Amino acid sequence: MPNVQKETEADLIPIFIMGKRYLVPESLTIMKAIEYAGYQFIRGCGCRGGICGACSTVYRKAGDYKIYSGLACQTVVEPNMYLTQIPFFPALRREYDYETMEPVAESIYQLYPELFRCVACNACTKICPMDVQVLDYISALKRGDLEAATRISFDCIQCGLCASRCMGELPQYHIAQLARRLHGGKLAPRAEHLRQVVESIAAGKFADVMEELKALPVDELRKLYTERELEPAMSDEQWRPSNNAGL
Amino acid sequence: MKISYYPGCTLKTKAKNLEDSALASLAALGIEVEELERWNCCGAVFSLADDDLIHQVAPVRDLIRARDAGADKLVTLCSQCYNVLARANKLMREEEEKRETINLFMDEEVDYHGEVQVVHFLDLLRETIGWDALREQVKVPLEGLKVAPFYGCTLLRPAEVAVGGGDRGAPHVLQDFLSALGATPVRFSAAEECCGAYEVLINPVEGMRRAGSVLAAAGESHADAIVLSCPLCEYNLGRKQGDIRAQVSGIPDIPVFYFTQLLAIALGLDASAGRFELNMASARKLLQDKKFVEAPATQV
Repeated sequence: MPNVQKETEADLIPIFIMGKRYLVPESLTIMKAIEYAGYQFIRGCGCRGGICGACSTVYRKAGDYKIYSGLACQTVVEPNMYLTQIPFFPALRREYDYETMEPVAESIYQLYPELFRCVACNACTKICPMDVQVLDYISALKRGDLEAATRISFDCIQCGLCASRCMGELPQYHIAQLARRLHGGKLAPRAEHLRQVVESIAAGKFADVMEELKALPVDELRKLYTERELEPAMSDEQWRPSNNAGL
Repeated sequence: MKISYYPGCTLKTKAKNLEDSALASLAALGIEVEELERWNCCGAVFSLADDDLIHQVAPVRDLIRARDAGADKLVTLCSQCYNVLARANKLMREEEEKRETINLFMDEEVDYHGEVQVVHFLDLLRETIGWDALREQVKVPLEGLKVAPFYGCTLLRPAEVAVGGGDRGAPHVLQDFLSALGATPVRFSAAEECCGAYEVLINPVEGMRRAGSVLAAAGESHADAIVLSCPLCEYNLGRKQGDIRAQVSGIPDIPVFYFTQLLAIALGLDASAGRFELNMASARKLLQDKKFVEAPATQV
């Protein structure tokens, strides 16, 4: 435990990690606060950028019956938070043969009949750290709407907190992932511009540029990379690099 | 007055012919309804256990969404959804202790006290337009079409949520509706019986026997067709009719329609509004034989 508690008492706040009280700087995220308190993450921690879904945290506040949730890497500590990491929650993920599967809701019903155990209690939506309307995509699937389920569940990061709270014992996030795979791969229209670009590359659009680069000595290649032109942080959609070779 | 529309899950899948024909008819009649932006499955069957409040949460959530959308009325088509929503609404209006428990559990929504009125499509027609005015809007009177009105269970039971505006005699909403369209409602002894409901899953033999007795009664009434408002009844009496006929003797070959399909045709809408391709094959053929709709152009 770092020996800093004496120097700036005013900036330290108490939090409770798995029931034990620690004083931590008030500006830290939950993840950094847990590390500050002396823990080392071997699970329950991933990208540290709010994307991967590995660091879901559940917490309560003193005197409040509500359960709160957040990603530890994104949520700043509050005084008297009672928290723990949920690095994993068991949820059944069915195996299936994607190639032979029909992109219809019945395919999902066969694999996950527990879908119909939903009682619309909404605990899933309340716990979601990404503010996904989980109940709404489950409801969409019950009425066979793969497109809506795909759209509504799009921000899901597969953390599993919804499944941890479900009184119908649904693995919502696995069900939604299957819906997105069926819709994205078998129903949504193909991107025509992507097909054209892939074709042009296959036809050798970048072949010469690649050969030139491969012929360069490592030093020059490194120089090219470090001195490459970066898109300015505040540029608009009209921005183009001054040298278009290789694009 | 704003009317929200609750479709229910089955109307978005197996019973598109119920939804599409109803919405096309409403548009033709100039009645504006707005589908709830967010809605969940109502639960399909009203929970009868006195202390089982969790199964009231789903329908109450839909009622809250209707209230929050600014609706005075919530209209439904499926008999099952109507029954569940209307009974949950009644519970929230009348049973104070249960209402409080449910409202406390649903702590992120504004408390609900039954502000919205749940109406079935038949009652919406009866109350908003009325049978005489509907008759005047009919462009293709269904003259000579003898129809057995099938209510089944959930449009009529319990009496507190029965369609028809609360009169306690024999139900006549469907008969009045059919008469307004120019059709002839026939006396039908099984009109208020059960179609077999979910027995088709649990005990298919008994389910078929039940549905078979309804179909046989329709045959005895010399009806040309059956009308109903419930996708589950349509499944048992319509889609499964061939299977039943193969196993039970004395079952007539009788088309089954959603009442809204006959409405759309009587209002002179294009046959495509009826989505008859989702009915048993004999359905459209009957309407063609009676010259209410034209035969589809033969595909080359």
